[in-house]
Amino acid sequence: MHEMSLAKSMYEIIEETARKNNAKQVKSVQVELGVLSHAEPDALTFAFEVVTHGTIAEGARFDIIRLSGKAWCMVCARTVPLPKLGAPCPDCNGYQLAVTQGDEMRIASIEII
Amino acid sequence: MCSTCGCGEGNLHIDGVSPHEHPHTHQHDHEHEHDGCHHTHPHEHMHSHSHHHEHTRDSAHIDPAPRMVEVERDLLERNDAVARENRQWFRDHALFALNLVSSPGAGKTTLLVHTIEALKNECQCVVIEGDQQTQNDAERIRATGIPAVQINTGKGCHLDARMVQQAMNNLPPLNQGLLFIENVGNLVCPAAFDLGEAHKVVVLSVTEGTDKPQKYPDMFHEANIMLINKIDLLPYVDFDVEQAIAYAQQVNPNIKVIRISAVIGDGMDEWLNWLKENANEARKVRDDDVHALRRRIAELEARLNP
Ligand SMILES: Nc1nc2c(ncn2[C@@H]2O[C@H](COP(=O)(O)OP(=O)(O)OP(=O)(O)O)[C@@H](O)[C@H]2O)c(=O)[nH]1
Ligand SMILES: [Mg+2]
Ligand SMILES: [Zn+2]
Repeated sequence: MHEMSLAKSMYEIIEETARKNNAKQVKSVQVELGVLSHAEPDALTFAFEVVTHGTIAEGARFDIIRLSGKAWCMVCARTVPLPKLGAPCPDCNGYQLAVTQGDEMRIASIEII
Repeated sequence: MCSTCGCGEGNLHIDGVSPHEHPHTHQHDHEHEHDGCHHTHPHEHMHSHSHHHEHTRDSAHIDPAPRMVEVERDLLERNDAVARENRQWFRDHALFALNLVSSPGAGKTTLLVHTIEALKNECQCVVIEGDQQTQNDAERIRATGIPAVQINTGKGCHLDARMVQQAMNNLPPLNQGLLFIENVGNLVCPAAFDLGEAHKVVVLSVTEGTDKPQKYPDMFHEANIMLINKIDLLPYVDFDVEQAIAYAQQVNPNIKVIRISAVIGDGMDEWLNWLKENANEARKVRDDDVHALRRRIAELEARLNP
């Protein structure tokens, strides 16, 4: 369950941002999570709840913004959609693919009062 | 892992000692200190906890309008920053660093023991071992006569860059050679964490099934090299080597593959040659860095004494 470590790193960033902005409470958190990234949305949501328990971010709404996967096909020489690692190029059916989008795990914003 | 906050610090040990870099405190503990009675009235806890929130809301009367703050920061930024420091340190010390990952029991430690026996007279080798519990693997490495540090992650399922940085302090001074980091046996979690290594090396043993690269694509995507181990067992198991390689290449078209048997020794020469080439390359890079710095110093000296 490496999502626990990810949630802990996430909380450090949230707490630091909240403190710098003199926040009393964190109301919601927006996280961009690519479909090819190393975290499962459900596991990350659960870990967020555990990690923020008893903190300034307790009970905050946790919004996950899913980013689609994209790859550069070296055969077709263009960007193609990649729904998961190990899927072929939809045009040439080959696997000469380099991921260009979808591995993001990023806090986009937080909502504070 | 600490059940209160989910962090791993409470159980982390390096060569049996807890690093405790910073005090392990929680928000909860602070609140408990304020109500001052949780030792004697454990049931009060829930009430005082919710009162705390009610009270904040009452005293504010009207909630101020929420505002959005842009953050745009990677979840792993801290790990990645430490990994960059490690990578620079390895470069400055001409260390070729590898992060070995696999399911439990794929043969990482066995491979390391045989690798070190073959190389230790030509090349300085050091090992960082990661396991949830026990010093067994570090002891197996030390039996070869080379230094090893054991990280015990407790409940933690992977090594991170900070643990490796701390473990480096327990190794003797190093100036070129090979650093092997054996990660916790786990084909999932270590994929996300850069330790500063030159490459992740994924070890897949033939007893695990042909479809592992399909089932656990993240790790095979992150690794630059795959060792197919225990090929001495191929006559006894249903494992299709060509198919496994094809699956791995579907998630990672550039993955390098070596077939080995760590115990019998098949394929070891190819692996050892690859290690030696890369160790030499790491030394060349460091020597070039040093020469570039010397040239720069000479240029500056020349400007100071025209
Ligand atoms: N037949 C055969 N057995 C092997 C080979 N390599 C390792 N083994 C055996 O596999 C078992 C596990 O090996 P380890 O080296 O402890 O595996 P590991 O990956 O370090 O395991 P963890 O650290 O627990 O994840 C041991 O019984 C080894 O003797 C091999 O090439 N052939
Ligand atoms: Mg081992
Ligand atoms: Zn294509």
